[in-house]
Amino acid sequence: MKIEVLGTGCAKCKALEELVKKAVAKKGIFAQVEKVEDITKIMEYGVMNTPGLVVNGIVKSTGKLLNEEEIIALLD
Amino acid sequence: MWKNSVDYLIYDLFGMSGRFADALHFFIYDTIKIWFLLLLIIYVVSFLRTYFNTEYVRDYLQGKSKLTGNVLAALFGVITPFCSCSAIPLFLGFMQARIPKGVTFSFLISSPMNNEIAIALLFSLFGWKIALLYITFGLLTAIIGGYAIGEIGRDEDILILVVPSNCCGNTELVKDSLHVKSIEAWNNTWDIYKKIYLYVLLGVGVGALFHGYIPADFVAKYTGEGNPFSVLIAVLMGVPMYASAAAMMPLVEVLTSKGMLLGTALSFMMAVTALSLPEAMILKKILHVRLIGMFFGIVGLGIVVVGYVFNAIL
Repeated sequence: MKIEVLGTGCAKCKALEELVKKAVAKKGIFAQVEKVEDITKIMEYGVMNTPGLVVNGIVKSTGKLLNEEEIIALLD
Repeated sequence: MWKNSVDYLIYDLFGMSGRFADALHFFIYDTIKIWFLLLLIIYVVSFLRTYFNTEYVRDYLQGKSKLTGNVLAALFGVITPFCSCSAIPLFLGFMQARIPKGVTFSFLISSPMNNEIAIALLFSLFGWKIALLYITFGLLTAIIGGYAIGEIGRDEDILILVVPSNCCGNTELVKDSLHVKSIEAWNNTWDIYKKIYLYVLLGVGVGALFHGYIPADFVAKYTGEGNPFSVLIAVLMGVPMYASAAAMMPLVEVLTSKGMLLGTALSFMMAVTALSLPEAMILKKILHVRLIGMFFGIVGLGIVVVGYVFNAIL
């Protein structure tokens, strides 16, 4: 599973990345977590509100700092 | 009702009187009133916003004709969230969807100007009429300003090459239930409140001192009808003030009650919210200084005109 956190460096984006890592650990799955800071790559997903959460190339959430349970639910 | 309780507390229970008592009364009355209204209004705006995100606005604006686009973009600016850190993705996202730059600028002007903090503060300090006037003139500035930038701005001044595209990858956003939306709105409200409540306290505190001690003719002389340049000075002062908008507004309220003209006050507040140096620095990464200068120049001019028109009719 490939998880990407989209964000150019806002505080919420960093917080989301941390939470995603925690969620992955808690769920005990094998996943690659990547922080995408390149604006052109973010634009390719059509996301304008950061942070964005992308799972296996599909945008799951934009502009929201999700909590751990919400992230875990999105990883199914 | 709230005023009566504070009256009782200060004048009867503590048995205080005189200037200091008046200042203290004003401070307690105002702070609690503003805090309460801030929470209420920010919550309402935050809740409405969970129904409109920027991606939705972009899709809606796509393919709209120029002037209609400007009007709609300005209107959407009121209900969509904006922070200067998302200015770049927003700008590029709009370009990508082939939305004209003038329409994009209308949104970029309207969104921070009509933000929830400004609206909430205006409403709680000046009442709904002034808040409504502020929003109306804010919209007009955004529509006309954006349109003007679209007409005279040059495309070469956008420094990043944006490839127009229709599709933007796969998106599967989960629809939030009403319960989730209301919790999210509350979290957002509390986040904003935490950031500004101390500034409000500070602003009201200094305002209370002003209220009790600064003579009205002094204020009127420098910010009222006695000074024809007051609007211009207010706008120039408003540009570097950004984070402190929450502290400035209670002060401005006191100044208006002492004779500062309302147009001057409104211009000042618009300059504080719409023109911010941090946003300009961020936009510099993708826009030529010429275009940013034009953006500030046109919006600044619009705000000054609003101030003078206001002073003339009110």
